[in-house]
Amino acid sequence: MKIKIIASLFPALFVVLGLFLGGMILSAVNSLPLFTYAQVFVDREVQAAAILTLFLTVISTGLSAVVGLTIALLLHKLAKGSMLLQTLLQLPIAVPHLAVAFILLNVMAPSGLIARLIVSNPQDFPVLVNDAYGIGIIIVYVLKEAPFIALVVLTTLVRTGDEFGIVARNLGATRWQKFRFVTLPIVSPALAFSSLLVLSYVFGAFEIPYILGRQFPSVLAMVGNRKFSGTDLDERPEAFAIAVLMTVASSFFVWFYLRLGQNSEEAGKPSLF
Amino acid sequence: MTKEQRKYPFYFFALALGAAAVFPLLFLAVSSIAANWRFPLILPTEFSLRAWSYLLSQVSGIPATLANSLGIAIIVAAAAVLISMPAARVLALNEFRGKRAVMFLLILPILSPSFAVATGSHALFLKYGLTDSLFGVICSHLIPAIPYCVLLLTGSFSRLDTDLEAQAQSLGASPMNVFRYVTFPAIAPGLAVAAAFGFLISWSQYLTTLFVGGGKIQTLPLVLVSFQRSGDDAVTAALTLIFIAPAIIVFVVVAKFLRNAN
Repeated sequence: MKIKIIASLFPALFVVLGLFLGGMILSAVNSLPLFTYAQVFVDREVQAAAILTLFLTVISTGLSAVVGLTIALLLHKLAKGSMLLQTLLQLPIAVPHLAVAFILLNVMAPSGLIARLIVSNPQDFPVLVNDAYGIGIIIVYVLKEAPFIALVVLTTLVRTGDEFGIVARNLGATRWQKFRFVTLPIVSPALAFSSLLVLSYVFGAFEIPYILGRQFPSVLAMVGNRKFSGTDLDERPEAFAIAVLMTVASSFFVWFYLRLGQNSEEAGKPSLF
Repeated sequence: MTKEQRKYPFYFFALALGAAAVFPLLFLAVSSIAANWRFPLILPTEFSLRAWSYLLSQVSGIPATLANSLGIAIIVAAAAVLISMPAARVLALNEFRGKRAVMFLLILPILSPSFAVATGSHALFLKYGLTDSLFGVICSHLIPAIPYCVLLLTGSFSRLDTDLEAQAQSLGASPMNVFRYVTFPAIAPGLAVAAAFGFLISWSQYLTTLFVGGGKIQTLPLVLVSFQRSGDDAVTAALTLIFIAPAIIVFVVVAKFLRNAN
């Protein structure tokens, strides 16, 4: 039995541990000597990128979670199990990020389609793409990730059914109380886990800021890529150091998530792992 | 409110979601055949098939790149499902020490920054001579694909009725036939969804392909970004449509399974 379990887990663990952790360890080795980290920490470009990356990650994830949860609750209420609506909701998940970014660039640029409908001079239109705050980047992430979160949450809602909510209302709970003490606890593990996936993705992603962001300030993945792909090979260790630091930050997010899960488990709620 | 009136929000919602789904495709289609769609034109006045005839010609290299992307994504999907299946089964149906730790390790790559995954695989593959090769690119795509397949398949296996397998076995079915007639039909929807995710993940990889492929292995996302940088809107729009199409086809095919798998 034990051998069977180990044999079954081996292929997947081999790829993940061998390729993924192996690569991570090698990244750490390539980032040495430790002096590289001092160089990275004092680099103005890296500092600005760290701030922008955290800002974009938190805002995009937070907005996606709120919008996704709202869509899921509305869909659950309005169209229980409507095949059409669920399929429409799944569609944005299939459309790759790059495609969404390109469409947005052309629709929301100062000379884009929306601007042509409402202003006569491109200069009168607000800068929503390649802007300093990453507004375009955030919009793409919310468009892509909110449906994903909505789908995961909706699955949980459909599976659990309405009984608890109906009982709560019968016992005199207000709509808010029903949401706060019945619905939210039911969906929170799914909401937390899907938000963690979104957070991890946004934190390390490169393509969207590359297309809809600026050269400075840019995100950590872009600065890292510049140092990695640049002609100056002396900068490569710095790219690896950025990769290592980003992994450390990601581990912290996961640790925080696991702690949240632990606390809710103590309160008798299930967590995803 | 009458029953009809109560359905209005539903119609509104369906319409909004439908418009959100259809508009981008329509916009890309018009862009790709517009000859002069610049400010302040709300609709183009001249049309041409220049972008399409260029992209479909051998000169552009797009047919070959498309074949590359499709081949890589199909292999990644199949390999990710095959590798994840035994692990998912054990995680769903067996209790053992360290199960949570194993599950955690298996989904770790999708909780890690993709930039770090890309630099890591480049460094590792460089050491073993796997950079600039199709095999290396496929391996690097497996790193994010396997965690999703493990997650999705664990869900399918946890709803599998193992008693049915035991019954088939006790009635004399070979392990092969037990899988073929009992296990496979039960988990088929989950397998289809997992394969679709594997395909989509590989299909949209950018940085890992760039680093590990070293410019030698061209896939659609790489070419799309360079066209976008070049500023030819019609060609980029047409290429984006080519890029979206297989993803949507795969998704529509598995959409009904996705519901069952959930």
